[in-house]
Amino acid sequence: MISLRLASLMSPRQWLLLAALTALIMVALPIAHLALPESHPLHVSAYTITVLGKFMCYAIVALGMDLIWGYAGILSLGQGLFFALGGYAMGMYLMRSIGRDGVYQSDLPDFMVFLNWKELPWYWTGSDQFWWAALLVVLVPGLLALVFGWFAFRSRIKGVYFSIITQAVTYAAMLLFFRNDTGFGGNNGFTDFKRILGFPIAAPETRVALYVITALTLLLAFLACRFVVTSRLGRVLTAVRDAESRLMFIGYNPLRYKLFVWVFAAVLSGIAGALYVPQVGIINPGEMSPANSIEIAIWVAVGGRGTLAGAVLGAFAVNGAKSWFTVAFPEYWLFVLGLMFILVPLLLPRGLVGLLRGRAAPDQAKPADPAKRAEPAVPVAPAASAQERA
Amino acid sequence: MNLLRALLLAACLALSGAAWAALDASAVSALASDDSDERVAAISALAASGEPRARQILKALSEDGLYTTKDKTGAIRVVLEESGTWVDAASGAPIDSSGERDAINTNNRLRGALDAALAAFDLSSPDVPTRLAAAEALQGADDAALLPAIEAALARESDTRVRERLANARAALGLRAPEAAQRLAAVRALSDSDSPQVRQMLSERLDPANEPDAAVRAAAQTTLAEIAQRLRKYELLNSFFSGLSLGSILLLAAIGLAITFGLMGVINMAHGEFLMIGAYCTYVVQSLFRAHAPGLLEWYPVAALPVAFLVTALLGVLLERSVIRWFHGRPLDTLLATWGVSLLLIQGARSLFGAQNVELANPSWMAGGIELAGGQVLAYNRIAIIVFAAVVVALVWWLLARTRMGLFVRAVTQNRAMASAAGVPTDRVDMLTFGLGSGLAGLAGVALSQIGNVGPELGTGFIIDSFMVVVLGGVGQIAGTVISALGLGALAKLIEPAAGPVLAKIALLLLVILVIQKRPQGLFAVKGRSADA
Repeated sequence: MISLRLASLMSPRQWLLLAALTALIMVALPIAHLALPESHPLHVSAYTITVLGKFMCYAIVALGMDLIWGYAGILSLGQGLFFALGGYAMGMYLMRSIGRDGVYQSDLPDFMVFLNWKELPWYWTGSDQFWWAALLVVLVPGLLALVFGWFAFRSRIKGVYFSIITQAVTYAAMLLFFRNDTGFGGNNGFTDFKRILGFPIAAPETRVALYVITALTLLLAFLACRFVVTSRLGRVLTAVRDAESRLMFIGYNPLRYKLFVWVFAAVLSGIAGALYVPQVGIINPGEMSPANSIEIAIWVAVGGRGTLAGAVLGAFAVNGAKSWFTVAFPEYWLFVLGLMFILVPLLLPRGLVGLLRGRAAPDQAKPADPAKRAEPAVPVAPAASAQERA
Repeated sequence: MNLLRALLLAACLALSGAAWAALDASAVSALASDDSDERVAAISALAASGEPRARQILKALSEDGLYTTKDKTGAIRVVLEESGTWVDAASGAPIDSSGERDAINTNNRLRGALDAALAAFDLSSPDVPTRLAAAEALQGADDAALLPAIEAALARESDTRVRERLANARAALGLRAPEAAQRLAAVRALSDSDSPQVRQMLSERLDPANEPDAAVRAAAQTTLAEIAQRLRKYELLNSFFSGLSLGSILLLAAIGLAITFGLMGVINMAHGEFLMIGAYCTYVVQSLFRAHAPGLLEWYPVAALPVAFLVTALLGVLLERSVIRWFHGRPLDTLLATWGVSLLLIQGARSLFGAQNVELANPSWMAGGIELAGGQVLAYNRIAIIVFAAVVVALVWWLLARTRMGLFVRAVTQNRAMASAAGVPTDRVDMLTFGLGSGLAGLAGVALSQIGNVGPELGTGFIIDSFMVVVLGGVGQIAGTVISALGLGALAKLIEPAAGPVLAKIALLLLVILVIQKRPQGLFAVKGRSADA
């Protein structure tokens, strides 16, 4: 039953492509990095591994964004907040793992010593335990999304209202985290991590391990999203996007569907943030800036909204372009990014995936044909059976 | 002037009871005495002489530049260095400097007396800021010998701020008078004073250890209560004023957005950047005036208003024609596209004007402000903005309520399809209204340039604030926008003293989110029947 459902997620050709990509990213690249000498033409540098690891974190965020925006039509400008919260939860653990190896050789994180604090604030309780940090990574973004989403969706806030309010919340959180008194390192955030689970954080083996874990998470996230969008739940989401009033008239209450996908996307972002921080080595309130969150939308738009592969592709493409531009022509990157925001929705509404498929997109309202293809294969989706009609 | 000086001297003679002649050598040599009382008396005497030379000596003493030395006869002389040569302090005659010199030391008590004495000299300076600083320095003085100098200065002083401070200093000295009646008079006289030092001195009078007389203690209590009540009034007035001023800024920034959002249902994320462009227009106008018409520089902000309005309105029309028109019915894509426009505009401003803030000078008629008691100031530039916001709102109201164009705008806002069917050229209305909204943002930019920094990122924070105003006020409602902008401004300033600006901002945000729980269409919504509204 489960294997049948799994097989129904994608066509055999797509499964094959996914397997090949997985082998390349999770096996070939790490081996080429660790086993091959630096002089070897196929050697993969540590820089490449770090950058790819980073991009895969972004891709996980993009998957969540695609679910909520591409499928359910809710443009969230707060995904960066959930990402940063996950990152901060992991960062707390990493700060505690420094132990007494910090500049002030204190049990407290350096910034607290600097602020002349004598003990940890209550919300740091348990942050020296990895399992607690891992729990927070999921719970904090998840609960925030649940509470916020419940209030917002219940009073039927949608469209640009919802977008701007998510942006406002993100902005407020950024201001909050910039304060030293909030207890998360203020401006500087968390950095100078030494180890994770006892392993030195800068060692090549640890980095590769984090990279592989990120790749695995991305794979699982992709499959999970695929599971959602091919289920009946996924089709309700698409209906929310295309004709919410009609959906309500035929007896569905969109609240739970929206709430589920919104919380799910937030949790994905939080997990991505938690994987991002140990690889990049820093987390600060800058991650919560409204500009960062809105950039996530353009990843999905460039890749192709309403297609999960598009979200991943877009995250890689836009961030690849950003890495290249900010080195080669730093002053032009904002022009390029700005033009992307204007031109992609205008000229390329189905993104790179639409372009690759080579088919014209006459009707913007139906970008998600994968959902259509899955239709006959899924009579009763397990995920959807949990969702009752309202 | 001479008469005054003579009076001063006479007063001093009477007070000190010693027969000092002006710059009597014995007064100068008393500065080097071992007895602090004697030295303080000498400082008072020198101060009361009013001679520039005495000021020089006291200045030297306060800078540890006064020395004693033995002359050839073995007598002790007080000397100081004057443009490289050593001179006798009392006479100013050059003196043989070969002998050994000892610096005359000062202690805290002496320093206090010295500062007060030097300040007394500065009270006769022709320069108002110098006099003000001197009067300020005298606030803490407790040398009764200074009283005549302060009285004299008070008699000839014309500047109200200096007068106020001098009166405080006089009363403060009165508080330390030996007779209870004198102290009582001083306590009563202090009730219209606002400086913190005065309040401090008055509360010292509450303590029986300092103040033996019960009547004085009671009077001090009453006076303190009076002061506190008056200050509370001024504080409230001031926080109301800053709330009004913040509200006006919010209103100016939001009113253009309210109109375009109400009309077209799209958020222009580049709205903040139109503010920024308006501010840069002001900068360019200032530079042009500086180069070509320095005589009219005072009025550059006024000249910048039409320039900023036209530039931003044209840019707005251009944006509507080139981008927004193509996104009809896709509000989320419009949001993203206009965000892209805002990135382009920010980077464009950086390329044109540099990433640094540019310098804008307030014209003199906007500098300064109405000074309230207790150090509260109602700044003229803020008053100008409040007035300006009122004028802009009146104009917008007239435009929407009294012109044919306004009628069209209201019609399209209420029901686009119906308006179109009735022959309203919706496309043209969109274009012109967008131009109007952008132009209003440009005007707001001119106002902002007068109170804050002008840089490429000036507008980034404003889109959220403006949208909160629009959401709270209800879409397409001028009156709602006005009330919600002023209300949010006032609330922010009420919360700020207790919670700090960041928490105040967060609190307001939560408040707005909670309000639209109850009233999703804003506080002042137009009733509609659309299922998707």
